[in-house]
Amino acid sequence: MPQPIQFLPPKQDVLSRRATIIDDLRGLLPADCVIHEARELVPFETDAFISYRRMPLAVVLPRTTSQVAAVMKYCHRYGIPVVPRGAGTSLSGGAIPQEDAVVLGLSRMSRIIEIDYANRTATVQAGVTNLSISEAVAVDGFFYAPDPSSQLACTIGGNIGMNSGGAHCLKYGVTTNNLLGVKLVLVDGQVIELGGKHLDAAGYDLLGLVCGSEGQLGIVTEATVRLIAKPEGARPVLFGFSTSEEAGACVADIIAAGIIPVAIEFMDKPAIEICEAFAKAGYPLDVGALLIVEVEGSEAEMDATLENIVEIARRHQVMTVRECQSATEAALIWKGRKSAFGATGRIADYICMDGTVPLGKLSYVLKKTSEIIDRFGLRVANVFHAGDGNMHPLILFNANDPEEAMKAEEAGNEILKLCVDAGGCLTGEHGVGIEKRDLMRHQYTPAELSQQMAVRAAFDEGWILNPSKVFPLEGRG
Amino acid sequence: MQTSFTPEQLEDPHVAESEKILRRCVHCGFCTATCPTYVTLGNELDSPRGRIYLIKDMLENGRAADEEVATHIDRCLSCLSCVTTCPSGVDYMHLVDHARVHIENTYRRPLIDRLIRSLLAAVLPYPARFRTALTLAKFGRPFAPLLKQVKALRPLAAMLYLAPQSAPVRQETVMRGAQPIRGIRRGRVAILSGCAQSVLDPGINSATIRLLARFGIEVILPEGEGCCGALVHHMGREEEALDFARRNVDVWTREIDNKSLDAIIITASGCGTTIKDYGHMLRLDPAYAEKAARVSALASDITEYLSTLDLPRQEQRRLNVAYHSACSMQHGQKITLAPKLLLKNAGFTVRDPAEGHLCCGSAGTYNILQPDISAELKARKVKNIEATKPDVIATGNIGCMTQIGSGTAIPIVHTVELLDWAYGGEKPAKLTFAKEPAKH
Repeated sequence: MPQPIQFLPPKQDVLSRRATIIDDLRGLLPADCVIHEARELVPFETDAFISYRRMPLAVVLPRTTSQVAAVMKYCHRYGIPVVPRGAGTSLSGGAIPQEDAVVLGLSRMSRIIEIDYANRTATVQAGVTNLSISEAVAVDGFFYAPDPSSQLACTIGGNIGMNSGGAHCLKYGVTTNNLLGVKLVLVDGQVIELGGKHLDAAGYDLLGLVCGSEGQLGIVTEATVRLIAKPEGARPVLFGFSTSEEAGACVADIIAAGIIPVAIEFMDKPAIEICEAFAKAGYPLDVGALLIVEVEGSEAEMDATLENIVEIARRHQVMTVRECQSATEAALIWKGRKSAFGATGRIADYICMDGTVPLGKLSYVLKKTSEIIDRFGLRVANVFHAGDGNMHPLILFNANDPEEAMKAEEAGNEILKLCVDAGGCLTGEHGVGIEKRDLMRHQYTPAELSQQMAVRAAFDEGWILNPSKVFPLEGRG
Repeated sequence: MQTSFTPEQLEDPHVAESEKILRRCVHCGFCTATCPTYVTLGNELDSPRGRIYLIKDMLENGRAADEEVATHIDRCLSCLSCVTTCPSGVDYMHLVDHARVHIENTYRRPLIDRLIRSLLAAVLPYPARFRTALTLAKFGRPFAPLLKQVKALRPLAAMLYLAPQSAPVRQETVMRGAQPIRGIRRGRVAILSGCAQSVLDPGINSATIRLLARFGIEVILPEGEGCCGALVHHMGREEEALDFARRNVDVWTREIDNKSLDAIIITASGCGTTIKDYGHMLRLDPAYAEKAARVSALASDITEYLSTLDLPRQEQRRLNVAYHSACSMQHGQKITLAPKLLLKNAGFTVRDPAEGHLCCGSAGTYNILQPDISAELKARKVKNIEATKPDVIATGNIGCMTQIGSGTAIPIVHTVELLDWAYGGEKPAKLTFAKEPAKH
């Protein structure tokens, strides 16, 4: 029988000093920035990986970098764990606290500091939502490229922590490819700047290290990101196939032919039905699998790219090809896709996997995934970024049935191992969090893992930053 | 998400319903982004997801409400922006309704809070009392700045500030009974006179009746109807709300049985959301469930109803109208396009202010009970509306009209007043004093 994921046992000395710690935090921050009443702490016990929950010691909601620094300096001094939190939309439990931890919420640092079109950059506070950057510059014809499905709500700080991706990352790259600089509060409260408005900086690429470090190297309070000019036009096109395997093979052929559309998104039949019920986007309901392929550029460019893609799709017996006819329709197609996870809540509870596989293995992994799911007697909906092989099987289960919930986790672990064994990795964009932490040994050799942990220790020797995440609890040295 | 209720707890139909609602939530957090109070306060406890969690914790533990829970639920505007956003289809409206009743029944508010709430519940839903109160407010107004200094008394100050300088005169054109029509009769509808709107701006229903009459719709104003119950409903005073609902259901049922009704027209979208919910509110009352469902099915916002009449296209007027979609219109009733299409068709240039999904802070009695958050939302809304450089603001809810109108010099009217004008009625009085628009 598999065990639920463990957290580090809380530090008794921290727990016993709870009242003092809260008093001290209230001395460091304005009264409305410290949450400590038991009732009010409950809503912070989890994020979007809701299978796991731990009450925090306290929650702080600072408004400035210097307040963040003051909290870090204090917690570092007394060895109090700190769990950073943006919008709490993590699917891997990245923002789930623990009993001895102070949750450091960045939601009040939500200001856009500067838009610099000359350098094509935006400098924002960490609590700014991903989408609001694009909204702020849309009128001038720009956007911020990485677009996680939760972009409406998730914060740029969280995106940096998890090196988030999104549908349009196939062409534009993930967060790390669009991040130019950060202001980082170190574990002891020192504030440093990494990068700037330029593409590279002298010395080590510490910015690259911080992006994707899941809040374990410091607290990002500001970020400078790259702005990209909007293309002349963009057109999502729906391709319907009879089976998932056929759709998967088509994706591999598109990429192998050297075509890079902006996005290739995949939905299997259950996912199509779920998304259509919410968004009414007009997805074909009579197909076994659907690809949303977005092309962009001038009309001629889009036509030419599309022609090539249609040709490849025909070789895979495409059943329907539907070009969207209006901006409203395009918006609905993306709304449906981006709401897929939440919309799944209409039919069941779910956990969402994030394994990434080489494209040549897409069909194989899809087939194996459904075998695993069948073996566990569960259901699955697949909706994911096919163009970069980033799979998101949503394993459906009933959260009020503990046995089924454990089965879902077990099936998830098998699927992730399958991805690794197929030459891929555990996570494409959601981060390791607690969810995939214990599978890190399946991905990495002990030497590889300890090298990563050594880097971590260079920033946070006492393991107080988001301590239960990323690395297996045993063998941390 | 996972819930833990005992079978005994689930015997209570209200708990059972809330449990079902909670089971749909997957805690994705999308709702936080479009919640006006989260956007303003930046605290998850003041977001839908935080409130859902607080409610879940309270109900599962069968606990009485306490100050913390009441604080965060009270800060909810019930704007239902989260319901529009939620991909999982969480019925937040009925969950928060249940929580408000639970708070009202199990939590003893501080004395001053209780008094203010009782005062609002005793005055606002009754036009005669409300009219008297507005007259009295004139004398109280000089004390408003003083009251504002004391936190607990701020709602009183807000009330005095919101009261119009002079209460509108009773408009004698609105009579009870059936109103005369022109031409061939195309339909027969009842119109809700309601409560606060009939005192604050009786011109809205007059314009509606004139407009409908011009298109052959017979409008009746049945005796005995009154406040829809929304004002007390949102304060968790469930029995009072249900009494209002039953009274209106009785009145309209009489009309339906008598000569049949094509629709029950509502010109305040806040009331519309509630009347459309009568079927649900009275579902457990065997004597009313069916009748209430019938009333809800007939309830129609004036713009919904006008959209079915195929009104003729009118000449362009060169008047820029910023259309403010009330939350109860866009989120509560999901009416988004109809009002704008009607205005465009009637010759107006319609502009959509940015952040249209965010509440203006009116929200029934919210601008009185939560004056600080309300003021921030008002300022934000007015800024977004003024950025569109409109000649006039149109909206479909009296609450928003009062709220936004108190923050801008740009005239604000009900959508139907512009439509009445476009289809042969008088220019709305609020516009005659505004200067003629320059060329755009």
